[in-house]
Amino acid sequence: MHMPLQDNLGLNLLAANEQQASHNREHFDQWRLLCLNIMSSPGAGKTSLLERSLAQLSGDLAMAVLEGDMTTQLDADRLGALGIPVVPITTGRCCHLDAGMVSGGLKLLCQRLDPAKLDLLWVENVGNLVCPAEFEVGEHLKVALLSVTEGDDKPLKYPVMFREADCVLITKIDLLPYLPVDVDRIEAHIHQVNPRCTVLRLSASSGEGFKAWHQWLWQQLAKHQGPLPLANPMPSPALTTAQG
Amino acid sequence: MHEVDMTRALLRSLETWKQGHAPQLPRVGSVHLEVGSFTCVEPDQLQFSWNAAIRDTWLSGARLLIVTVPLLGRCLGCMATYSPQAEQGYRSPCCSHPMEEIIHGRELRIRSVDYDLSTPSP
Ligand SMILES: Nc1nc2c(ncn2[C@@H]2O[C@H](COP(=O)(O)OP(=O)(O)O)[C@@H](O)[C@H]2O)c(=O)[nH]1
Ligand SMILES: [Mg+2]
Ligand SMILES: [Zn+2]
Ligand SMILES: [Zn+2]
Repeated sequence: MHMPLQDNLGLNLLAANEQQASHNREHFDQWRLLCLNIMSSPGAGKTSLLERSLAQLSGDLAMAVLEGDMTTQLDADRLGALGIPVVPITTGRCCHLDAGMVSGGLKLLCQRLDPAKLDLLWVENVGNLVCPAEFEVGEHLKVALLSVTEGDDKPLKYPVMFREADCVLITKIDLLPYLPVDVDRIEAHIHQVNPRCTVLRLSASSGEGFKAWHQWLWQQLAKHQGPLPLANPMPSPALTTAQG
Repeated sequence: MHEVDMTRALLRSLETWKQGHAPQLPRVGSVHLEVGSFTCVEPDQLQFSWNAAIRDTWLSGARLLIVTVPLLGRCLGCMATYSPQAEQGYRSPCCSHPMEEIIHGRELRIRSVDYDLSTPSP
């Protein structure tokens, strides 16, 4: 008979990843930059969001992108055309980014620029509504996208993602006139699993809703690093928070 | 595929723990996990990919024992606890309040390991 002996670990299953994520975040804080983890199912509009936001914000903010969802070279070209550094992250066949992959991307980024000069780092995660929610990469804020074409039950089907998000963007609202979908219901479902998160509606095609989205971003930047020495001052902060 | 990544992350965490531990670890007979039902982990699939992942490693032969922790919320309307259900949109049955406070169900915890001292460590 063997004599069983036990060790209590009380360790997070993802402890190794969390350790690396904290390490990444220490760097971000040292560089005084805000890191956003952008997540959604494939095709919900992450790259399109980045395209428009980068174009509109590049005059005021120094930014870079870690791209974990490079489906085609076209995506790289779309973002690269804006003159903002984009570092592709190779995920192998992994269905999410983890902190180690992002750390690898950061090393490449640091070869190209001085990260302390950055204000904002965007991480475009792999298109997947499941595990990216559990794998921290060192981000300060999680932004989840849900397009109006995906149906209003997604927040209840993938509740962990929407629970973890700090901000949910309902995307492609330019398509609403053509779809039998109730956008208020989508928003209500998001708030049922995450009553405190900010929910915003926008369209990367028409640009509708980007003012409120960028206002939210400016607020987060101000909270994170205090007032920034900006070329153009921040637009007057008409507070836009979650309703309901 | 998702659970394979999850298992890999679990093995990495155990590996990190092992490195910070006495150099000579007895053979691990079983690993006890607590997995909340409000997480992205499916215990059955984790179990399945575990057996493949530990083959020919220091954990070879170790059993994975998973305890599922149900989701429990607290209604901030009346402070009663309730089991949020997807079919009810996670709202409380008493006040139809959204799911605000989660008491448990988000656990992803390696609780403990049992050593098997009857066989020499690998
Ligand atoms: N109509 C419409 N289409 C959009 C919008 N945003 C993205 N798309 C389209 O949706 C598809 C996927 O977008 P993309 O940004 O690559 O999604 P990602 O996979 O999440 O990065 C592309 O064909 C885009 O042109 C939008 O606001 N309105
Ligand atoms: Mg993309
Ligand atoms: Zn994954
Ligand atoms: Zn109640």
